[in-house]
Amino acid sequence: MSDTLVEIKNLAKSYTRGDQDVPVLRDITLNIDRGDFISLMGPSGSGKSTLLNLIAGIDKPTGGMLRIDGEDISKLSEGELADWRASNIGFIFQFYNLMPVLTAYENVELPLLLTNLSRSERRERIEMTLNMVGLSDRMNHYPNELSGGQQQRVAIARAIVTDPTILVCDEPTGDLDKQSASDVLNMLKELNNTLGKTIIMVTHDAHAAEAAKRIVHLEKGELLDEGM
Amino acid sequence: MYYLKLIFKNVFRAKLRTALTVTGLVVAIVAFGLLQTVVDAWFAGANSASSARLVTRNAISLVFSMPTYYRERMRSIDGVKTVSYSQWFGGIYKEPSNFFPQFAVDHNNYFDLYPEFLIKPDELLAFKRDRQGAIVGRKLADQFGWKVGDVIPIRGTIFSGNWQFTIRAIFDGRDETTLTRQFFMHWDYINESVKKRFPRRGDQIGVFNILINDPSRAADISKAIDAEFRNSLAETLTETEKAFQLGFVAQSEAIVVAIRVVSFVVIFIIMAVVANTMAMTARERIAEYATLKVLGFSPGYVAALIFGEAMVLAFFGAGIGILLTFPMASGFANSPAGAAFASFAVSASTVWLQVACAVAVGVIAALVPGWRSARVKIVDGLRHVG
Repeated sequence: MSDTLVEIKNLAKSYTRGDQDVPVLRDITLNIDRGDFISLMGPSGSGKSTLLNLIAGIDKPTGGMLRIDGEDISKLSEGELADWRASNIGFIFQFYNLMPVLTAYENVELPLLLTNLSRSERRERIEMTLNMVGLSDRMNHYPNELSGGQQQRVAIARAIVTDPTILVCDEPTGDLDKQSASDVLNMLKELNNTLGKTIIMVTHDAHAAEAAKRIVHLEKGELLDEGM
Repeated sequence: MYYLKLIFKNVFRAKLRTALTVTGLVVAIVAFGLLQTVVDAWFAGANSASSARLVTRNAISLVFSMPTYYRERMRSIDGVKTVSYSQWFGGIYKEPSNFFPQFAVDHNNYFDLYPEFLIKPDELLAFKRDRQGAIVGRKLADQFGWKVGDVIPIRGTIFSGNWQFTIRAIFDGRDETTLTRQFFMHWDYINESVKKRFPRRGDQIGVFNILINDPSRAADISKAIDAEFRNSLAETLTETEKAFQLGFVAQSEAIVVAIRVVSFVVIFIIMAVVANTMAMTARERIAEYATLKVLGFSPGYVAALIFGEAMVLAFFGAGIGILLTFPMASGFANSPAGAAFASFAVSASTVWLQVACAVAVGVIAALVPGWRSARVKIVDGLRHVG
C-alpha cells in the first residue's frame, strides 16, 4: 500500500512580464511517496527548479493543487509557509548557502533556533548530526576554511538537523568535484535508506540522477515521462 | 543572543568599510557636539543670569554712557534694593588673542549683587582696599596660571594706556552655570585717570546693575527707572539681566542659526553615508537573507538584522564620538579661539542630542534596505548566488 506524501494535480505556474503571462509549469500531475528518492531532470528552463521551489513552499503555484502530507500548502500565508518550511523541509543548495560569518556548528544551529529546544538539546543534536556527516572535527571551522564537499556536508547537516519530512536538493553536486559529488550522493542515499527521508533532487547530471529511485523528466514546463 | 551574535559578526565582516563608516560617524558626532556647544556657549551668559537683577543702559546704545549720579535717583525707586555699576574695559593682555571679559566695577557693592561668585572674605577685603586690585575667575586664573599677588599688565583700548592690576582675589562659581572667566578691577581707578586726561568722559558709566526686592515686579521697576530719566540727556533702557544678555546674542543670531543648521547638515550627510553603507551591505547579502527565509526565518527577522546592524554601527560611532567630544571641547576651551567664550562646556542636552542623532541615523539608514530585504522574494534572492 502506497503512502503518498506529495500530491500534485494539474499544477501550473506562470510569471507575469509586463502584460504577458509566461507559463513555466503546465498541468503537472505527480505523486511522491513517503520515503521516495526522486530526481527531477530536464534542460535549463524546463521548470524543474520552479517545481522544486513550489514543493519546498518557497514559491506559490498559480493553478492546480499541491498537497503535502495532506496539507494544501498553496493556501498558506507567507508566515504560515515559513513555519511550515521550518518544520517540514530541509533545503540543500547548489552553492551551499552557508552563513560565512558563522562556524559549521553555528550554521547547523540556525534552523534549530526556530524550535523550542534548549541550548543543551541543540548542542546534542548538532554534534550528532555533524558526526553523521563526518565533520565532528570541523565544528568550529568557518565555511571559507572548508572544502566545497565539506561545506555541502555542513549544508546537509543543516538540512537534516530538524528532522524534516522532505529533503529538497537543488543541484547538490553541481559545484563539486567527482569524489565530493559521489560522497554527497552516497550520503543522500544513506539518509533515504536508513532514515527513510523523502528526497527530491533537481539535477542536470545523469550520473547523479541515478542515485535516485525514480527519475522524472520535465521539458518546457511539462512532465514528460518517468524513468527507472 | 544568537541574533546579537549574528549582528556583531556581520558588523565586523567588512572591516575596512565598517572602520570608515564608524570614523565618519565619530567625526560627525564630535562636530555636531562641538557646534552645539558653541551655540550653548553663546547663550551661557543669558542662562546664568538672575531674574532678580536688572541692567540699565543708555537708551540710544550701549556705546553711549550715563552719568554715575543716576545711581542715587535709582536707589529711591520703589523695589530697588541695591544699585551698582560696571563698565566694559576691553583691554589686551599680551596678545589680542588672549581675549577675556574685563569690567571696571564699583568695588564697594558690585559683588553683593552676585552671590554666585564665591569669594573669600579676606580676599574680597584685600581687593576693596587696593585701588589697583583685581578679582579674577578661577577658569581665567587657571588658563594663564595666575595666582593671588600676580601683577597683570593690560593694554587699554577703550581706556588707552598701559594698566597694571594686582590680583587680590580669585573667585569660584557656585555651580557649573556660573561663568568664571571674567576679570574685574576698580572703576574708581580707571575713572580717576580718565578724568585727568579727558575730563568730559569722567564720571560716566556703561551700565547700572540693579538688585530688586521682588523679581515678579521686574517689568514695573524697569518702567519706573526709565520713566525717572525720560527727557534727560541720557535716557535709559532697563531690562532684566537675561534680556540684556540675550540682546547680545540676538546681534549675532544669524551666526547662531548658521551654526545650528551646519550641525544638522553634518548629521544629514553622515546619515546618507550610513544609509549607503547599509544599502550596499543588504544588497550583497540578499542571498543570505533569502536562505534565512528558506530556513523559516520571518521577513521581520531579516529586517531586524539590518536594523540591528545599522544601530550597532550608529551607537558604536556615536559612543566614541560622544566620549571624544569632552576632551575636544576642553581642548578648544583652552585654546586661543575658545577663550572668546566665557564658558565652553558640553551640556547634558548636547549629549542627549548626540544620542538622538545616532538613533535617527541608525533608524533612517536601515529603513529602505531593511524594508527591501524583508520584501524580496526567496526565489529572487536565491538567484544572487553563484
